[in-house]
Amino acid sequence: MSARTTTPTSRASVRPRRTALLGAAVTTLALLAVAGCSASADTSSGAATPSTASGSASEGTAADHLTATDPWIKAAESGMTAAFAVLHNDGDQDVTVVGATSDLSPVQIHEMATDDSGAMVMREKEGGLTIPAGGEHALEPGGDHLMLMELSSPVEPGAEYEVTLELSDGSTLVVTAPARTFAGAKEDYDEGHEGHDMSHDG
Amino acid sequence: MADREPRPGPGKHSDHEPTPPAPSTSRARVSRRAFLVGGAAAGAVAVAGAGGAWAGRATAPATGAASSGTVTPAALHGDLRVPFHGPRQAGVETPPQAYLTLVALNLAPGTDRDALVRLMRIWTDDVVRLTQGRPGLTDTEPELAEVPARLTVTVGYGPAVFTAAGLDDRRPDWLRPLPAFAVDRLEDRWNGGDLVLQVCADDEVTVSHAVRMLLREARDLASVRWLQKGFRRSVGSEPAGRTMRNLMGQIDGTRNVDLVTDAPLVWSDGTDGWLAGGTSMVVRRIRMELDTWDEVDRSTREAVMGRRLADGAPLTGAREHDEPDLEAVGPHGLTVIGPAAHVRRARTSDPAERFLRRAYSYDDAPDVATDPGALSSSGLVFVTFQADVDRQFVPVQRRLDEVDLLNEWTTPVGSAVFAVPPGCAEGEFLGQPLLG
Repeated sequence: MSARTTTPTSRASVRPRRTALLGAAVTTLALLAVAGCSASADTSSGAATPSTASGSASEGTAADHLTATDPWIKAAESGMTAAFAVLHNDGDQDVTVVGATSDLSPVQIHEMATDDSGAMVMREKEGGLTIPAGGEHALEPGGDHLMLMELSSPVEPGAEYEVTLELSDGSTLVVTAPARTFAGAKEDYDEGHEGHDMSHDG
Repeated sequence: MADREPRPGPGKHSDHEPTPPAPSTSRARVSRRAFLVGGAAAGAVAVAGAGGAWAGRATAPATGAASSGTVTPAALHGDLRVPFHGPRQAGVETPPQAYLTLVALNLAPGTDRDALVRLMRIWTDDVVRLTQGRPGLTDTEPELAEVPARLTVTVGYGPAVFTAAGLDDRRPDWLRPLPAFAVDRLEDRWNGGDLVLQVCADDEVTVSHAVRMLLREARDLASVRWLQKGFRRSVGSEPAGRTMRNLMGQIDGTRNVDLVTDAPLVWSDGTDGWLAGGTSMVVRRIRMELDTWDEVDRSTREAVMGRRLADGAPLTGAREHDEPDLEAVGPHGLTVIGPAAHVRRARTSDPAERFLRRAYSYDDAPDVATDPGALSSSGLVFVTFQADVDRQFVPVQRRLDEVDLLNEWTTPVGSAVFAVPPGCAEGEFLGQPLLG
């Protein structure tokens, strides 16, 4: 996310809160750089290397090992929408995303599951998202996703928005997601849908 | 259908030569992969050769000797991809692929410069991915993106883009509807457009998916105005690089600009500032009256064109690329190439009055509801690229409008002009020099 290098350097102001976004991009690059160093050290030594981090991760923070590719957010005028990405963990410890925040809206982590009647329903995912060590986890329509519960402003197609992932060790990863018009992911919007058991406290 | 055809320099296709896919990193498949890449490279050479052949140079089909000395099978042409990033958009110099879909769009009401930038970012991202064989960001049919087949997407702007962006002062003078011609029978359903997408590939499924992806991600910002599909010979059905034959049976496109020495005729030199590396696209939908063309015998058909049907050679020459001798006189004292023959009328002594032609045939369902007994609705999606429409395209069209035997069987039914912005580098979006 983050480190999407395709972000154009336009002078036109299409990105909301441009200053904040630039800050996020710098942060993310720094995080990625750290992650790269750590991975390199792991590979070359094959043994534990001195860790400067005091947290639970073997080296650095959980965010140091987490990257996201192809993030995007479904464009919407108001109400709810959803954000997606593929999360990659290049560390040797599992990483757990316990929450997410955005200036746009309160955010929940949701999953699709089968209820007692056999119908697919969307619900808040207990325990958050776990990305296994060395593995990846997809947030996608019809599967796990980040749910933006109540937009305070429109999400416009082609603009970019930040979502911050909160990890179990307290570290965070800022993801910059471009918005796209998308006809699917309808389950995210139908509050009256049968089996839709989210609570809307946003 | 002017007698002007592309004449790219020998095998020179600048930034947009197709490349084979990157080698797999799978160790288990290294040897096979190397084999396949070898084959793909041979295929790429063959298709690049087709570019040269667009200049009249034929090349061998996609087989060749591998380093081991054995003959490798042809690579899948579906694997070939045309680079996207570069100073010029692909799909202009690119040797024409087999299939075309040309979509003109209307901007949504209230579109402003900010919205145009967002649209260009969306499309740029889609095109970067799809042309390289990767799914679009929100692709719900990602498997359909796996066969790039030399996919190119070329974006153009109608006058409304400049108005919407508040940039009318940067609109090229020639960006307006062509003047009315007497032969025109234009139908509004084929005219104009605020934006255009020229989507070409050697596989029609690839084209269809790319168009769908581009349109649905843009649906809040722009809607379809018209859509025209076209085709040429399939890849592999004849030697690459042959001049196309239109549905009247004529070799169509023998003489064209040379993409190297005539580059200034195609590409804007930057006099217009943001347009440096860009060009203009003229789209003429030309209906062919095939049902009455059927009544015309072969010698008359050749007299209409001034060329032989069998090989496209001028009536005064022996081979397709021979220069027509407009002064040559036959046994009855008349010029061999008649005064109203298409070849004669399309030529001018002004070397600037030439342009790059990149036409496709169309063959739609006949409109039997309004024309009972009609057998076909066919013609040419005549697409041309030139640095200056007024200086290059319009004078030739005026001459053909005045006198051209071919006009009896060809009728322009649609017309549009677009400005084609330059290409972009990685991290940039299409149209950034104008809109950014």
